[in-house]
Amino acid sequence: MSDTLLHSAPPMEAIDILTQFGENIIHEKLNFRVETGEIVGLVGGSGAGKSVLLNTMLGLKEPEGGTIKYFGQDRRDLTPEDRADINNDMGVLFQGGALFSSLTVRENIMVPLREHTDLPVPLMRELADMKIHMVGLPAKAATLFPSDLSGGMKKRAGLARSLALDPKLLFLDEPTAGLDPVGANAFDELILGLREAMDLTILMITHDLDSLYTICDRVAVLVDKHIAIADSLPKVQAYEHPWVQEYFGGPRSRAAMTAGKT
Amino acid sequence: MVMSSIRSTTPPEYQLSQAGQTVTFRASGDWTLKHIGDIDPVLTGDLEALDYDYVEYDLCDVGELDTAGAFMFARAVRIGPGERHKWKVIKATKGQRTLMQAAADSVWGTPPIEDRQWYDSLTRLGTATERFFSELLETLAFVGKFFAVFFKLILQPRKIRWKSVVALIEEIGLNAAPIVMTLCFFIGAVIAYMGANLLASFGASVFMVDLVGVSVLRELAPIITAILIAGRSDSAFTAQIGAMKMRQEIDAMTVIGLDTYEALVVPRALACLVSLPILTFLGMMSGIFAGMLIAWVGGMDISPVLFFNRLNEVVGVKSFWVGMVKTPFFAIIIAVIGCRQGLAVTGSVESLGTRTTQSVVQSIFAVIAVNAIFAILFYQMGI
Repeated sequence: MSDTLLHSAPPMEAIDILTQFGENIIHEKLNFRVETGEIVGLVGGSGAGKSVLLNTMLGLKEPEGGTIKYFGQDRRDLTPEDRADINNDMGVLFQGGALFSSLTVRENIMVPLREHTDLPVPLMRELADMKIHMVGLPAKAATLFPSDLSGGMKKRAGLARSLALDPKLLFLDEPTAGLDPVGANAFDELILGLREAMDLTILMITHDLDSLYTICDRVAVLVDKHIAIADSLPKVQAYEHPWVQEYFGGPRSRAAMTAGKT
Repeated sequence: MVMSSIRSTTPPEYQLSQAGQTVTFRASGDWTLKHIGDIDPVLTGDLEALDYDYVEYDLCDVGELDTAGAFMFARAVRIGPGERHKWKVIKATKGQRTLMQAAADSVWGTPPIEDRQWYDSLTRLGTATERFFSELLETLAFVGKFFAVFFKLILQPRKIRWKSVVALIEEIGLNAAPIVMTLCFFIGAVIAYMGANLLASFGASVFMVDLVGVSVLRELAPIITAILIAGRSDSAFTAQIGAMKMRQEIDAMTVIGLDTYEALVVPRALACLVSLPILTFLGMMSGIFAGMLIAWVGGMDISPVLFFNRLNEVVGVKSFWVGMVKTPFFAIIIAVIGCRQGLAVTGSVESLGTRTTQSVVQSIFAVIAVNAIFAILFYQMGI
């Protein structure tokens, strides 16, 4: 009974968000929701406040107005324990991977496990190795330090860490930025595969048009301080707004579209 | 409404039944990260007791399943002898099947765990020795390159970044003046008291003036100042330059055509060259003042006039110059070691920490060592 309530409620919902730094209003009347099981792409021009929105949704920043709901519950009404529980249901991949540089890849993945479970260490190690395998890193990467990894491997390792506790909701901040097209495609495939295997709901900030075309179920456009439209790609493309038209009507977009269709 | 109560938690259970070489694994309950810790040793033990080479999974009663749970199921495939990939899921949802596949595919053969060996300490000793010599060599190379750039810039003073030199003088010199003076005051006072006590037993307490004068001017003020600046500014040099290195600012400078020695090292060296003699002078004054104060009010009844007369007669200006002449050397040592360690920082946060530590340790070591060389030199020269 209560289980159905949990599953029917959207994992993350932002209602009437107001964000401002001093006089400078970043978001106003911003409404946005992520439904269970979908991959949502968030796009917006540089400086539109995508990263600020991500921080607000993660709870790293409190909005000046409005509410954030996780699984149907207002964030401010949660007790610290429930909040911690929900935090464990969310994973984040930061742009640079944000791996702890003094720890090996395996130890990085073990950090959330150490913190939130009381599993024996050898088992944690095995689980970490499994995550390393799942994100497509070679087994020998486990004992490497982040400074020994390439950019793409760092992202994979960061993804493995964000998946350590089997989150329900995954935030990705520009997952394919800085990867070559082959690597970016592989990463997109990986995200699709992981969603299927782990039943993930994914919100990704991206500028990669290929990702938008190939893996996103919906695209949300952050423009004019709010989410102007969040819908399937064809509908977003048809949306009458100069920025949206320019974004999806440009030569890069058309190339990505034809590539996505074939 | 509490999250934990929303989530129904049925503890995981399993049943193993064997028919011939086939084991059927029937699981029920929630197989998630929270539960597997307890069930893992039991399950492993049960599986190891069986002899089988084929596993069938029946997962239709499983509630929640996550990767950790699937990993537990895959244990059966790993432990079973013979061909490893012989397994099949008979009853399960699509999601559970994908998860099982992912779990069974992973971790064949654990990646290497670095073991400690008995000869590790020897290896460490060897690496440390090698590192010591390479450090020495690199520092000397750095010093050479520094002087090449330094003298080139001295000939073209317009190219020196005076703005940053002045800013650095404020940071290294002015801001450090109070602490240097306070420290030297205490040192001077301690020397005065000790000398007075010791010499009074010979009835020669007036000799404390010699003691304070010579020790503060020749040795203590220069060395205390240098060590303080080595600790205070060297760590700052290394951390600043190291952080720049980590964020690729140094690379950007090189590509743009800025010489890192010109832009970073020489201004710091110049700032140290200006600051250290001034600070040392302030330290000397403060130390002598402390000595005079103790001699006057500390029970020795040596009046300031007597103190300075005696100081002039016995100690003279020679000791002052002996102290001062060392300061430029200390200044260069401090600046060069701080900058060199900063530029040696690599990508990791840890290297920033080690380099900062090394920078302070090396510069203090070098200051004391060079001071000893000076002492020998002056003794041989009869100064």
